[in-house]
Amino acid sequence: MTFDLFVLPFFLGLNILVVILVVKYSRWIKGFEPADRERFRNGIFSWKSLDAAGEVFMESLLHRKMFRRNVLLGYMHMSFALGWFLLIVCGNLESRIYSKVHLNPPYYPIFLKFFVADEHVLRHELLSIPGFFRLMMDVFLLLVLSGLVLALVKRASSHWFGLKKTTRHTFFDRLAITTLWLIFPLRLLAESFTAAHYHGGSFLTNNFGDLLNSFLPAEQLSYPAWWAYSLALGGFFVSLPYSRFMHIPTEVMLIFLRHYGIKPTLHFNHYSNFEIQSCPKCGVCIDACPVHTNAHEDGIPPAYFLRTLKDNNPCISSTYNCLLCGRCEAYCPVGININALRVSQRIRYAKNLNGSFSYLKPSKIPTAEVAYFAGCMTHLTPSIKIAMEKILTTAAVDYQFIDRDGSVCCGRPLWMAGKEKQARELMDHNKKLIESTKCKTLILSCPICLKIFREEYGLNIEMLHHSQYILRLVREKKIDLKKEDLQVAFHDPCELGRGSGIFEEPRQLIRQMATLVAASEEKEMSICCGGSLGSTGISCYQRDEVSQLTLETLTANNPEAIITACPLCKKTLQKDSPVEVLDISEMVIGKLVDKEVFKRDLIYQEENL
Amino acid sequence: MPNFGYTISSDRQIDYDSNDRRIARYLAEHEPSFLVCFACGTCTATCSAGVFTTFSLRELIGNIKRGEIRNIATEAEKCMLCGKCQLACPRGVNTRNVILNIQRALEACGL
Repeated sequence: MTFDLFVLPFFLGLNILVVILVVKYSRWIKGFEPADRERFRNGIFSWKSLDAAGEVFMESLLHRKMFRRNVLLGYMHMSFALGWFLLIVCGNLESRIYSKVHLNPPYYPIFLKFFVADEHVLRHELLSIPGFFRLMMDVFLLLVLSGLVLALVKRASSHWFGLKKTTRHTFFDRLAITTLWLIFPLRLLAESFTAAHYHGGSFLTNNFGDLLNSFLPAEQLSYPAWWAYSLALGGFFVSLPYSRFMHIPTEVMLIFLRHYGIKPTLHFNHYSNFEIQSCPKCGVCIDACPVHTNAHEDGIPPAYFLRTLKDNNPCISSTYNCLLCGRCEAYCPVGININALRVSQRIRYAKNLNGSFSYLKPSKIPTAEVAYFAGCMTHLTPSIKIAMEKILTTAAVDYQFIDRDGSVCCGRPLWMAGKEKQARELMDHNKKLIESTKCKTLILSCPICLKIFREEYGLNIEMLHHSQYILRLVREKKIDLKKEDLQVAFHDPCELGRGSGIFEEPRQLIRQMATLVAASEEKEMSICCGGSLGSTGISCYQRDEVSQLTLETLTANNPEAIITACPLCKKTLQKDSPVEVLDISEMVIGKLVDKEVFKRDLIYQEENL
Repeated sequence: MPNFGYTISSDRQIDYDSNDRRIARYLAEHEPSFLVCFACGTCTATCSAGVFTTFSLRELIGNIKRGEIRNIATEAEKCMLCGKCQLACPRGVNTRNVILNIQRALEACGL
């Protein structure tokens, strides 16, 4: 027997799912830029696909990143994904033992135990190939069921899974999750009822079947149970494309596309569709978002923001009120480029907003080896530019201060507000100014400038943050620093750390001058100071709430001072900080060893000995 | 008329009946912190664009409140959104959002 009417819900559901997925994916891929389509075509039959398959195994099945976040959360996802995958693979192999043809219909392995229940081959001993498969199928089913138990526990108390808050569900999410949760218990019931009569299972289904048979009419119940199992499968497949479980197939596609070299662009495109549909709404980002947890702004975490995109229901507050600090990206197990997506939405909103900087007149700067660009925020905190000038003079660096008499903004704030065209106007102005100095190295004090200079200016010179440059001066022995008995914490500015990947240089520099104590959240996990120019929407009071949170994490180990490497962070944090807040350059001038004075002191000490 | 070397200034009387308060109402609704501005001028003093041109957020907000919106489109365009004014503002006005909303208001009012 290879067919029964009850397979239809599953079979139809699966076909509907496949058709929807093929139609959606092919439409999106067709909509790619020609260069990206070319990458896709070239990628499919290359080693990149193997690499991608490896990552799919690690992330989509094993859920390595989820394990890193929380072991229980990782196990729950892994047991569902890997357990189900192994059930499919193992079931397919097992079905080949019984079928006489090479190609089975897709429902045959799924409902194998029903079709082959009365065949005598099932009665093999454990130490035979069919017996081994029967054992493995029960092991994998138990694996999935253990995940289901955890999922139910998570519903009741998510804090054990490292989640304070979980996502709100839509109707289709609920439908999909209900059918998903029913699939495996129903499979267990169906197989057990059948096994009670034929003993075609293994340790789990045979024994559970016997137990059920002791008080239930197992033989009569087995057929309805197979129907229910098939209905649950069919229901899940049909609701999948409209629920958060769309991430299961889409994330796999996304991993392959990434390996083929397709990258997100500034504008929303068909690749963005793959990204937004890959969001599993796992909710890891909700606790990560300081605007959500402390400034009580709803709709900001990507789980909700991406849903507005999925539903094509754009929301101006969730688009603009985000700080673009990027902490959610560091947490996201799928690695979705959330900031890029958010900016792409701002571009949509800002398309009719103008800007004109015709008042900027081109000028020239004398040539020098090194150029220093302070940026707007440094001009607002003049102690940093004074410190930088002192350091550069002490080290006898041949430099030009590009924006000494007033800064033209680097363009990053306009860029983040979605006004790309206007940002480019400012960028062109600054670019010409810097090119006129013919410098080889450009030093920037503001990480906001640094990020856009590095990513979008296309200057063919070395661009360093001042913390990197000062560290170089120390290593080249152009300046000497004295180390003092002082405990300090370092605040990672978003645009410097997560934004530009500079975590270590400022820390190495600080260790030359003081003892660095850890903050409770640091490096990729550090929290924005609250001043970020990424948000235009949130109020000053909400920003203060974020600052408070950041200060709590920074003062966790009672430092005597907080050191940062961004004028905006300094300005924002010092407002409420219980301890002194210094930019790294200001700290350096306090610890500079004046060589002449040092030599004099040494001679004086020797004479007096 | 003989030229005496001076002219008569145009009338500066504010006529609320003829002035257009639509932009002010839009801002009050969409960025209410605009209302707490007390025109101290710190924003203008710290302005990056103000170094290069005669852009003044203080003047812009004052004109909008009075309903004198003739030149505000070209004025608001000069802002670089750098955010210095927002940090300097003693009243916590969300200045960058005021600028963006002026432009949105102009679009919404068809001006």
